Amino acid sequence: MSRRQTQKPGLRHLRRKAANSMMWLLAGACVLAAILPLGLVLYYVIAQGAAGINLDFFTKLPKPIGEPGGGMANAIVGSLILIGLASLVGLPIGILGGIYLAEFGNNRFAWGIRFFADVLNGVPSIVIGIFIWAMVVVPAQRLSGLAGGAALGVMMVPTVMRTTEELVRLVPMSLREASLSLGATHWRTVFKVVLVAAKGGVVTGVLLAVARIAGEAAPLLLTAGSTAFWSTRIDQPMPSLPVQIFTYAIQPYEDWHRQAWAAALVLVTLVLILSVAARYATRGRFRMVR
Amino acid sequence: MSQTSALPRQEGLEEHSDRAAKIEVEDLSFYYGRFQALKDVNLTIRERQITALIGPSGCGKSTFLRALNRMNDIIDGARTEGRVRLDSEDIYARDVDVVALRQRVGMVFQRPNPFPMSVFDNVAYGPRIHGLAGGGELEDLVEQSLKRAALWDEVKDKLRDSAFALSGGQQQRLCISRLLAVDPEVVLMDEPCSALDPLSTLRIEELMHELQQSYTIVIVTHNMQQAARVSQETGFFLNGELVEVGPSPRMFTDPEDKRTEGYITGRFG
Repeated sequence: MSRRQTQKPGLRHLRRKAANSMMWLLAGACVLAAILPLGLVLYYVIAQGAAGINLDFFTKLPKPIGEPGGGMANAIVGSLILIGLASLVGLPIGILGGIYLAEFGNNRFAWGIRFFADVLNGVPSIVIGIFIWAMVVVPAQRLSGLAGGAALGVMMVPTVMRTTEELVRLVPMSLREASLSLGATHWRTVFKVVLVAAKGGVVTGVLLAVARIAGEAAPLLLTAGSTAFWSTRIDQPMPSLPVQIFTYAIQPYEDWHRQAWAAALVLVTLVLILSVAARYATRGRFRMVR
Repeated sequence: MSQTSALPRQEGLEEHSDRAAKIEVEDLSFYYGRFQALKDVNLTIRERQITALIGPSGCGKSTFLRALNRMNDIIDGARTEGRVRLDSEDIYARDVDVVALRQRVGMVFQRPNPFPMSVFDNVAYGPRIHGLAGGGELEDLVEQSLKRAALWDEVKDKLRDSAFALSGGQQQRLCISRLLAVDPEVVLMDEPCSALDPLSTLRIEELMHELQQSYTIVIVTHNMQQAARVSQETGFFLNGELVEVGPSPRMFTDPEDKRTEGYITGRFG
């Protein structure tokens, strides 16, 4: 009978140990390679943007070219309004559509919807901008916050719809059966039980969608436009941080470049705050044990 | 709580047939697509007693149970033939309101499946959707339901906690009280103890003994000792057929059919 080597490390043992360490090293290196760009971007934005951050930046309007100082208060508020409008358009359609696909999606119609949602997900944002420009801006003969919100909202729909569908599908059948067996109707089961169980995941999907649209400049150039003034009316052009970053960054003024970096920092922070706030507001007290 | 109820009860052997019929099943066949899961099943379930259904895995006993409150309806490609009468009314008739039917015929599942809500909201779910009670009345109803499921003393200080914080056995009793809160007439139990430890099982069995005073209970179980302990009548299923049905004591001591004898003596299954 061949004895297992437990005391003396044989050659095989050493080789296995080496292979193990090697794989660990490789996996670690890949993780590093993945987070390095993220870390660098964050470092750069903070390093460059911090200099431009002061109270004026949050409270003042942009100054005309040549005058130093001024801020981006209008663009910060504009971005928040645009994100709000987009959510008003995108979330109901996305979430209800996702529920439909998950609960009743065993037919050709749903298959088609799913396909088009995936296609829409891959459509470049500038194309969506052109589409809304043609559908909303041209008839109204005016760039507007509404058009900007619509463009961003359309971009949110596929992400929200597909994540909602996936997460609603993950809810165990036994929960639906429990509700149905108590005499609940299907829609009540979906809204009171299934959606509650899937809440955490749906919120994650919504956040991903919000984070994605918050940084979009291309569709807004053609729809919401920009202005150097206060604009809270959604039928008027509306400034936003991404468009402001774009406008300032392509100018040859050192002062504007600093402001653009500051705007980038604010944008990143804004998305972060939205994420944390939404997570906190919908934190699962009744987490499912799987 | 009764100390003796978990033991095989020999008293009252002859009562079973005096009970009025609650559910009458006639020539029930059920198909999953082309596969026939139930073949011409005929069975009478009597009120306020426990009817146990036994048989090997895949014999159709769970399918049969789910046919009694039309839970099979939600399966794609399923087809039902025959009649199931609840208090003489066919539940598969065209004008039957399935939602109202399920309020009368409730179900407890194999694995405890509390909702992702607090203990209180779990029990209050049914009364709320049916508009049975509100405010203080609802609180009373929840308390009553938890008491009837012998869970109140363990959870009265945790009504606002997540239902998932309870143990498996407590979760199953929570599911039972959630069901009792809508005041059903028939309680269907699909292997309610198979995911529980012996002590929790004992408590559920004691609970069933209490509940049979007021409810008609049908239990599917893999555990023949359990069927013998709790039920007055037992039906044996094999390959989609109801092979034999009779008073439980006789079924487990002197079955008429060779196949039943083979199963209960452990020759297969």
